[in-house]
Amino acid sequence: MMDSPELLFAVEVAVGGLLSGVMYALVAIGFVLIYKTSGVLNFAQGAMVLFAALTFVSLVERQVPFWAAIAVTLVIMAGLGFAIERTVLRPLSNRSPMTLFMATLGLSYVIEGAAQLIWGTQVHRLDLGVSNAPFEVGGIFISTFDLVAAAIAAAMVSVLTLFFRYTRTGLSFRAVADDTFAAIAVGLRLGRIQGTVWTAAGVVALVAGLLWGARLGVQFSLSLVVLKALPVLVLGGFDSIVGAIVAGLVIGATEKLAEVYLGPFVGGGIESWFAYAVALVVLLVRPSGLFGKKLVERY
Amino acid sequence: MAFFKRMVPALLAAALLGGAPALADEQYFPLQSFRVGPYAAPGSGFFGGFIDYMNLINVRDGGVNGVKLTWSEGETEYEVEKGVEVYQRLKSNPGVAAWNPLSVGIAYAMIDGITKDKTSLVTIDHGRTDTTDGRVFPYVFPLLMNPYSESSGIINYLAAKEGGPDGLKGKKIVVLYHGSPYGKETIPIYDLLARKFGFKVVQIEVPHPGNEQQAQWLQIRRERPDYVVLRGWGVMNPVALTTAQRNGFPATKIIGNVWSNSEEDVLPAGEAAIGYTALTTQASGHDYPVLKDITEQLYDKGLGNLSDRGRIGTVYHNLGIVNGILNVEAVRIAQEKFGHRTLSGDEIRWGFEHLQLSPERVKQLGAENLFHSINVTWDNHEGQGYVTFQQWDGKKWKVVSDWIAPDWALLRPIIEKSAEAYAREKGIKIRTEADVDTVSAK
Amino acid sequence: MSLSADVPVAPPRVNLRALGLLALLAVAVLVVPVIASPYVIEAILLPFLALSLAGLGLNLLTGYGGQVSLGSAAFMAVGAFAAYNFQLRLGVSLPLAIVLAAATAAAIGVVFGLPSLRLRGFYLAVSTLAAQFFVQWALTKFSWFSNDSASGVVAAPRLTVASLDLDAPQGRYLFALTLVVGITFLVHRIVGSRAGVNLIAVRDDETAAKVIGVPVLRTKLVAFAISSAIIGVAGVIWAYAYLRTVEPAGFNLDRSFQVLFIIIIGGLATIRGAFLGAALIVVFPLLLARTSSFAFEGLVDAGVLKLVERVVLGLVIILFLIAEPNGLSAILGRATARLRAVLRRG
Repeated sequence: MMDSPELLFAVEVAVGGLLSGVMYALVAIGFVLIYKTSGVLNFAQGAMVLFAALTFVSLVERQVPFWAAIAVTLVIMAGLGFAIERTVLRPLSNRSPMTLFMATLGLSYVIEGAAQLIWGTQVHRLDLGVSNAPFEVGGIFISTFDLVAAAIAAAMVSVLTLFFRYTRTGLSFRAVADDTFAAIAVGLRLGRIQGTVWTAAGVVALVAGLLWGARLGVQFSLSLVVLKALPVLVLGGFDSIVGAIVAGLVIGATEKLAEVYLGPFVGGGIESWFAYAVALVVLLVRPSGLFGKKLVERY
Repeated sequence: MAFFKRMVPALLAAALLGGAPALADEQYFPLQSFRVGPYAAPGSGFFGGFIDYMNLINVRDGGVNGVKLTWSEGETEYEVEKGVEVYQRLKSNPGVAAWNPLSVGIAYAMIDGITKDKTSLVTIDHGRTDTTDGRVFPYVFPLLMNPYSESSGIINYLAAKEGGPDGLKGKKIVVLYHGSPYGKETIPIYDLLARKFGFKVVQIEVPHPGNEQQAQWLQIRRERPDYVVLRGWGVMNPVALTTAQRNGFPATKIIGNVWSNSEEDVLPAGEAAIGYTALTTQASGHDYPVLKDITEQLYDKGLGNLSDRGRIGTVYHNLGIVNGILNVEAVRIAQEKFGHRTLSGDEIRWGFEHLQLSPERVKQLGAENLFHSINVTWDNHEGQGYVTFQQWDGKKWKVVSDWIAPDWALLRPIIEKSAEAYAREKGIKIRTEADVDTVSAK
Repeated sequence: MSLSADVPVAPPRVNLRALGLLALLAVAVLVVPVIASPYVIEAILLPFLALSLAGLGLNLLTGYGGQVSLGSAAFMAVGAFAAYNFQLRLGVSLPLAIVLAAATAAAIGVVFGLPSLRLRGFYLAVSTLAAQFFVQWALTKFSWFSNDSASGVVAAPRLTVASLDLDAPQGRYLFALTLVVGITFLVHRIVGSRAGVNLIAVRDDETAAKVIGVPVLRTKLVAFAISSAIIGVAGVIWAYAYLRTVEPAGFNLDRSFQVLFIIIIGGLATIRGAFLGAALIVVFPLLLARTSSFAFEGLVDAGVLKLVERVVLGLVIILFLIAEPNGLSAILGRATARLRAVLRRG
């Protein structure tokens, strides 16, 4: 007799997990973009999420209209992207990926510090005007906010996938990723390509920052969302946009189901590491993630 | 380095008093503040309020009986090792009155040191619960409220709301706690209270930092509790409120604890926070004489510590002010016994151990209804603080209850047992009342 | 993967260097405890020693072995909590507790090192985060580890070896120094041994190493074990000698990154690199804080100063990576070489 409500609950947990997974994927996509073209795991992505959201919300609080604030933030993120390319990536261009990773750790200090120096350390409310109140679909609670987040993620994944596959610029990005020297040899301008990619990552950071910021408030802790994105990256493969979204969904759902059904046996709170465990188990079978390119030994 | 150590307070005094450094008696408060990082909001509000109150005493009264208050800050970012570094750096300054780190972790790492230094360590509204037992911890003061009293206060409030001690019988309460030692500390206390009041308690953990709580709130919805007690910290609080809304759980049935009770906890949640109620030991708002003084004598003259005037009278700012009142009054009480001069840390410990402020005295201090009263004795270092409850209306907190007393008698045996175990483990001799008046003047 | 293919194995040059080291050691043992103030010992030397040792352990794994780990702090936590529990439950003496703690950390290191048999690069790096989060979770979750203390933070026991009371700052300093010097010597021997050569071979080219008969799997696991054991002892120093409290919160991801910074800035695959890096990481923020507060105290908000510091620290890290890929160790190497040349000429 308990079957049907219990089953419904399990489905609800899974759906909730999928929707959370979409939010993780939003952050993960930013990492993928940069990894695809620079071979760098950009740890500063979290700081960029914070910086973008903080810039946007501070502009809105200073009475800048919504879309103008978006536009200004985008310009600033583009500037940041090109500045990073010029001052950090270019001087480090022939160095090992691990050195670049360390540099992005340093970069995250700089961006986090600068973001708070410019805009202060207060906690901000970010209202996107999208309702978070639930409505029922077949016994399961869903909110408009969830649907909007999912739609944005889907749009972003599609646009980026098409872009990389069919546009000239996108193809040149892939060329750089596949063989940097060959790409330079055929005349691709590495600096501009990487600057553009970092700008794109900045845009993704803004989108992630807005959606996460609406839930969390815009504050320092926003930069910690990267810890939710890392297992997603590992599982999906560092260089696959489709992988990021699929892995996000997988991790979101399994992590929530585990918290609800396995958690009580050990006292709960297992979400902090469970996603990593899932990713690890899958990796032992497929060492470059679900969708990652087989050739990962570029260093 | 020694030169530098002398320079900081002197420079500060010069900057603040706008004249030559005072050569007269001074009492020095080393501040392990945190104004950046994930917990910048509590830190800047609390230390801002504390400094504002000390500054007010200097500007308005010329110090405590003529003894000026001085202070300097070291940033800890709420990290234990940075707090220890600041402690080591500032402890050799002359005239140290007491330490107020506002962090359990830092407080723990200092207990040995400050006991050796014979200087008091104040952990207002938080801290290690068994330090309430002054027989074992002569120098540690979890003033106003320890974590156990907090739990009892919340349950007493809910019982009163449900029509008396029997009102909670058969009810169900979920405690949603932060996945840290702080969050877990009250698990046995809620179990104990559940047995006593006859309600069912379900305790659910949110892993740190708490930015994702969908699984937990689905579990809560399945449990269908009458109330949810939120024992949060930092970003976990607004996320709890938005996720509750997303899952159709009304904010009016969520009761926050003392670290889930600030404006910074509810503002980011927007409309999801309307109707949410939280415990506090000090009311928010600025309609109290002491806050009016601070506004007029400091902020209107550009001497205020908060960079944003809008934060005057917020929960953490008022907690800092109450903390200032308690520290300053301990100094004053000690001065009545030992003389109007720079006191030793141990003399001020004596002051804390006699820190008894009746509601009348609180009124004299311009803090009536800001906080209730305190009654510290040599063996009770918490001092029986009262709690009250505030509801968020979307713009500000509104007090919705009387001052409520936690059930101290119920909790005391547990505290004593834990303190005695600590004494055994560390080979500490348990104090008796006769030891209280043995005071070192150095 | 070659983190730093151009980092040579330190050539064994005896005379001058050995003499210098002996002199340094004599100063550290005989002079420092006498002249150093408690502040210098407690706020600078103790964290420096603990972090140097952690860096040394990680350098074995990452610098020499090429396996990047982001979970160092977890092994520090394992060491600290293991020592505490061995002393508490079995009543063993402190030296034995440290040995057992190192063994525990080694065992757990091997478990979390297993993925390294299949994973490379960032995949491995991120998977070591599993260790970081799992250990922190387990230590917080099961209050048995902290002896059911109400708030999960336990005071470290008094530091006594045999009947020697080392609880004073000088005593704790000498305790930490003894451990660090002893282990550094051991690491020096390991690096020069067959196992050390195997490790470097695996780092530089795994396939080639396999071809010439290096037991790759065993080498990797041994590296994880020894590295974790050393980091575990560093955790004991951190908790027992430095902070004197044992709690999971201090062993967080930031600490892991800090240890990684130490070896990158100090110099990968060098022994002195860990010490140089730790010195910079411990002292630099203090210097920065001192100078900035000296210059600007009262003029700007204390929080603003801290943020400026944070930005500067980040910039220094980036600058280092750009300007000196082989870290402080290489700078020191060039400096001493120049000095030697001058001496020879003069």
